[in-house]
Amino acid sequence: MAGTASAFAIELRGVGKAFGEVVALTGITLLVPRQSRVGFVGPSGGGKTTLLRIVAGLLESDTGLVRVEDATAARQRLARCALMPQRDLLLPWRTALDNAAIALENRGASRAEARRRTRPLFERFGLASFENARPAQLSGGMCQRVSFLRTLMAGKDILLLDEPFGALDSITRAQLQEWLVQAMDAVPRTVLLVTHDVEEALLLSRRVVVLSQRPGRVVRVLEADHGFEGSRREIVTSPEFVSLKEQALEALGHE
Amino acid sequence: MSDAAREATREQEPVPAAPGRSARVPASIWRYGPPIMITLAGVGLWQLILPLAHVPEYLVPTPSEIAADMTTDWPVLEPALLVTAREILLGFVIAVAGGVGLAVLLHLVSVLRRAVYPVLIGSQTIPIVVLAPILVILFGYGITPKLVIVALICFFPIVVNGIDGLRSVDGELISMMRTLDASRWSILRRVEFPAALPSIFSGMRIAATFAAIGAVFGEWSGSNQGLGYVMLAATPNLLTARIFAAIVYLTLIALALFGIVSLLERVLVPWAPNRSSIT
Repeated sequence: MAGTASAFAIELRGVGKAFGEVVALTGITLLVPRQSRVGFVGPSGGGKTTLLRIVAGLLESDTGLVRVEDATAARQRLARCALMPQRDLLLPWRTALDNAAIALENRGASRAEARRRTRPLFERFGLASFENARPAQLSGGMCQRVSFLRTLMAGKDILLLDEPFGALDSITRAQLQEWLVQAMDAVPRTVLLVTHDVEEALLLSRRVVVLSQRPGRVVRVLEADHGFEGSRREIVTSPEFVSLKEQALEALGHE
Repeated sequence: MSDAAREATREQEPVPAAPGRSARVPASIWRYGPPIMITLAGVGLWQLILPLAHVPEYLVPTPSEIAADMTTDWPVLEPALLVTAREILLGFVIAVAGGVGLAVLLHLVSVLRRAVYPVLIGSQTIPIVVLAPILVILFGYGITPKLVIVALICFFPIVVNGIDGLRSVDGELISMMRTLDASRWSILRRVEFPAALPSIFSGMRIAATFAAIGAVFGEWSGSNQGLGYVMLAATPNLLTARIFAAIVYLTLIALALFGIVSLLERVLVPWAPNRSSIT
């Protein structure tokens, strides 16, 4: 990490992207400090996923500068980011443990070695005894946990989470939000999180970027550096939280 | 932890039986009962009608006469059976190796795919069995022309299903693998190939039913052994029961091959949706 040029993990300057006639993103400028967590909220179709795919190096931006750590080329960005997709995308022919371990195998570890190194995380994050279950035997919430661990096992400093709990029911979702905060606290990384849920963004990240309707641009940046304590119910009903939530909703509503 | 356990078990509750099926009928009877019954009914009808219509054995033998011939002619049929089974099996294995190999190659090299794929489809308008005499001229009376013809017939469904299977992989899975440091080879090996296996096996099951045709045409075009040859030799002597016996053994070889492929699929692709092996 030492000796890198920029103090920021991710640097976006004037990033724009169009698909044919459709302008998905325009003039996105944002600096993300190392090991911070930034949430993006915005209406669906507002280019949030596109932004993550650009940062990840799966897409090139049309305009502007994208820097991830010390890299600007898409290929090198790809090597520095791990993306957790919206759907769990677990491979049905692999067990939960082998799914989570796939990044290690991709980098040349033997299957036994990859399993050995992944197993401690399963125990640590409440998946012990599900190592040998196939994805079809797991509930949606469990699949998302495995998917997150798979992303974590890639060992990248930057995690990009694309609506990780979008497909889950609200109860499972609340459980997983708490679980994810614990996991991210335990293994600090730079995290970009995309969601359409303001509350989720405020709970999971320290800074919330509100994006506009297409073409997506930054409407407002909220500092949610709360360090909220207490139960989820205490947090979401606290005056600071409610005020931040209203500011975010107001920014969204101004579109 | 406990909530995790609850969550995981929630979806493992027993599934109620599908409507319209009695829960008391075992699944195996439900599955194999109807085809066995229709076959037995057909054979029974055949057995009963022929004597009533006074059809002589040399024209159409009854099932019991065929069954008797299958044992009395066993000394003639057994070596022929082994020869033909060998042709079918080897030709099929060659087709699988070549077909899967070509599918992977065409999948990886898109220029090659665009060049070869249309030609491959076009080549199917050639009725391959008519090539058998030419292959006999080229390769002689031995096993080679039979293997070539079986392999040519079996090759096509395997290649086409293989390419389709490899191409139909969810693009998001590939993006996901790319952010997890996967090389092209990793993606092929860990995602595309396993995802294509059910499709490859469908191709193999179609090919398994074609294989026997290829072997028989190969033998008819020039040979002095095998079930096809036995049938050909029996025809001028009006040994009709022997011809039918050879057909039954040929069918059994094809069924056995089909069974092996289905069994392999069940072992190698345990995650595939469970489908009936015949339909």
